[in-house]
Amino acid sequence: MTKFNYTAKDFKSAAEVRWCPGCGDYAIMNAVQKTMADMDIAHKDFAVISGIGCSSRFPYYMSTYGFHTIHGRAAAIASGVKSANPDLTVWVMTGDGDSLAIGGNHFIHLVRRNINVNLVLFNNKIYGLTKGQYSPTSDRGKITKTSPFGTIEDSFVPGQLVLGSRGTFFARAVDNNIKHTQEVLAEAAQHQGTSVVEVLQNCVIFNDGIHDHISDPKFRAERQIFLKKGQPMIFGEQEDKGLILENGRLKVAKIGENGITLEDILVHEPAEDNLGLQVALINMSLPEFPVAMGVIRSIEALVYDQEMKKQIEAVQQKRRITCVDELLQSGNTWTVDGENCDEPVKFFDNKCFG
Amino acid sequence: MKNTKVIELEEVAIRFSGDSGDGMQLTGTLFSDTSALLGNDISTFPDYPSEIRAPQGTVGGVSGFQVQFGGKKITTPGDLAHVLVAMNPAALKANATFMNPGGTIIFDADSFSEKNLEKAQFKTNDPFTELKLNDFSLIPVPITSLTKESLKDLELDNKSVLRCKNMFALGLICWMFDRPLDYIEKFIQSKFGKKSPVIAKANLLVLHSGYNYGMNLQHMTPQYIVHPAPIEKGTYRNINGNNATAWGFLAAAEKSGLPLFIGSYPITPATDILQALAERKDLGVKSFQAEDEIAGICTTIGAAFAGHLAVTSTSGPGLALKSEALGLSVMAELPIVVVNVQRGGPSTGLPTKTEQSDLLQTLYGRNGESPVVVLAASTPSDCFYYAFLAAKIALERMVPVVLLTDGFLGNGSEPWRVPTMSELPAITPRKAKNPETFLPYNRDPETLARDWAIPGMEGFEHRIGGLEKNNAGGVNQDPDNHQRNSEIRAAKVEKVVDMIPELEVAGEPEGDLLVIGWGGTYGHMISSVRAMQDAGKKVSLAHFNYIKPLPKNTADVFSKFKKIVVCELNMGQFASYLRDKLPEFQYYQVNKMKGLPFSVNELVENFDKLLEA
Repeated sequence: MTKFNYTAKDFKSAAEVRWCPGCGDYAIMNAVQKTMADMDIAHKDFAVISGIGCSSRFPYYMSTYGFHTIHGRAAAIASGVKSANPDLTVWVMTGDGDSLAIGGNHFIHLVRRNINVNLVLFNNKIYGLTKGQYSPTSDRGKITKTSPFGTIEDSFVPGQLVLGSRGTFFARAVDNNIKHTQEVLAEAAQHQGTSVVEVLQNCVIFNDGIHDHISDPKFRAERQIFLKKGQPMIFGEQEDKGLILENGRLKVAKIGENGITLEDILVHEPAEDNLGLQVALINMSLPEFPVAMGVIRSIEALVYDQEMKKQIEAVQQKRRITCVDELLQSGNTWTVDGENCDEPVKFFDNKCFG
Repeated sequence: MKNTKVIELEEVAIRFSGDSGDGMQLTGTLFSDTSALLGNDISTFPDYPSEIRAPQGTVGGVSGFQVQFGGKKITTPGDLAHVLVAMNPAALKANATFMNPGGTIIFDADSFSEKNLEKAQFKTNDPFTELKLNDFSLIPVPITSLTKESLKDLELDNKSVLRCKNMFALGLICWMFDRPLDYIEKFIQSKFGKKSPVIAKANLLVLHSGYNYGMNLQHMTPQYIVHPAPIEKGTYRNINGNNATAWGFLAAAEKSGLPLFIGSYPITPATDILQALAERKDLGVKSFQAEDEIAGICTTIGAAFAGHLAVTSTSGPGLALKSEALGLSVMAELPIVVVNVQRGGPSTGLPTKTEQSDLLQTLYGRNGESPVVVLAASTPSDCFYYAFLAAKIALERMVPVVLLTDGFLGNGSEPWRVPTMSELPAITPRKAKNPETFLPYNRDPETLARDWAIPGMEGFEHRIGGLEKNNAGGVNQDPDNHQRNSEIRAAKVEKVVDMIPELEVAGEPEGDLLVIGWGGTYGHMISSVRAMQDAGKKVSLAHFNYIKPLPKNTADVFSKFKKIVVCELNMGQFASYLRDKLPEFQYYQVNKMKGLPFSVNELVENFDKLLEA
């Protein structure tokens, strides 16, 4: 029994959605709206915060409270919103340029503090709104308008950055797999602390097909591995391949070959604080490995906004000063009451305020 | 006592000076508090290097603290000190030019060794002749050896012994000015008593040694009497500008019924504001030490969006970093307050020194037409009222407000009659009331302030952002809409003029010269103008606390004087702003860029020249 019986439609605003036809953002928005409806939290308590970029137009298309801010700063502004009012459900919509380039500092500190917001990182490996320059997730050698001879720098792997910042939740999904994206977003919404969901998103105009080798539904089973809590890490059309550890490294093994049985396959434990393995899963890339999808890490840790609230409550339980008048009179004060002393002139009288 | 030379004075300025590790700031503060408790009016000026511990004994590492106290209203820490306490030759050298002719110099004779003279780059072994200080009362006191002697039975290590030297100087000065030691004793007990009784004991011993030394050698040290000042009745405390600013925000939060949020990044000389508010969890303050200046203001904007009274504190370079986000709060029309405790610039500049050179940055330093309300506090204690008022304007007019203070106000302190909350005006945030008619950019027709609906309020869900918008908050880049909104944002700031008082004139409303100042120079300005008036000159002062908008009657005030001179600690920023706003007047300028406050003398000299010309 749900309290509100919302549907995704309850979260759509009247504003005309202006992403390019075929943009991956549409699918992500549908997944987010469905997830919000399922959360069964009062509509008035959602705040959607974004920075700048195509994906950051998101708040305008939502019927919730929303704030489209400035480039790179969504994480910082959301940190303020959530710290001020921990009762709100705060979502950050951001892209690879917004969060990993100009806003990199805010991104890692949001994750480090573990403020309870849900951050959806639209990763299309390109600057779309400025019409096609390379981003911090563009692969080395990528030819774009600002790298006509190919980039000469390596890219960020967003999950590495999250775990390197002591992140407590990281998941990955693909825009064209709405059902899975929704499952992942639902888990992110449940998580207490900063949850980062990287969605591999297609930019039809400036980077069309950049994720095709991974996302093509025809090869999904072979090229993506869907990690599920407590389940063996298997993939493939026949579900006959799995991940094992050999000499401390991940390896793809075929079940039934070389004496490998299902029991030998690693079991996914996202709630364990196992950084090494989780980073290895994040790093897996084609063609040697399938690309990891789903919740890769989801551990419990202290949550900033809750700790801020608790600290204030703890101090207030023992407080001696309960209001500003008491503060003003506290500590070293002295009284002047001599015969030749004048009556005080109050500041706001003195200055002839109207 | 008959041998004692007793001098009765109206006001005295003392400068404590030594290495930055010598504890001069503490010594000065304790002496100031003691004097304030005795009923003297005081004004203080800490002057310290930006290095935490510059090389010992060098002029660059000298830390000073000047306090002026008296039996009448004290408005400045004094141009020149009557008494200098110099803990080493470098301190003497750094402060020689700040001495009143014929004043008293007490120095640690032990530290005037050849080596230390060399470190301070004296050329001879007679620093007093070299600095032309022979007319001064020179009182050599073997402070180091007497401190050691006092503590010889305590078995303390040498470093701890030397750390007590400042207490000797303090005790001696307390004797000279007839200050009781009980307040200082209490302070030492509460600071060291529990943690380290032996250190407490050592400090107390040395403090008394210094006091007794003065008493025993009274034939050579003059004793001064300074009577209490006849000031307004009430409860007083000593407060510096940064604390007053922080407390002004606390008062505004309580008055408005909103929780207080500060998102900030440490920066000299503004850090104390963040620290003072971080301490006030008892009053529910949410303090957020951000990862950088940008996050400082962005978390503040986020908290304002979420319905808090949200403030951020910074200094010049930090304001530069905050400028884009400040523009967002202009566009989104969220009520935030930014305090800029100005310091010497450009770039990193003079972090610990005072200046007023961020005025134009504050007024204009953003992309686009981006008007904000700009206020400036003028004394350490009135930072409380201007912080309160900045918050009131922001919350009632839905507009970002920048409050300018400076290093001189922030670190300087003065006694302050504390108000009660009932003396302060109400603050009524513009919370939206009717969800049926609500649009985020519907405005009060009088003030042009928009309504404020915050996440969690049912039926008011809306979107805002940094893009040009329509009344519903949706994106609208229609040419006429942008023109209209630009004009509204400007007019909204101008309409704040209804909330601020008219410009006051200190002195006659007409005359030969109108002296104009703004912000933290008030104490020096009023002292110099009074000196002119006492000399029979037709000079008045108009000191500005409201920069944007300017008070309604500004032009009217200006028109009554033959000449107008604008004095500021920059190269003429307020003067050029006035030339822009009120071009019908001619403005003379007095400017100073030394990282120091004006001196009353230099102002008087400048005014005299203008009157003669």
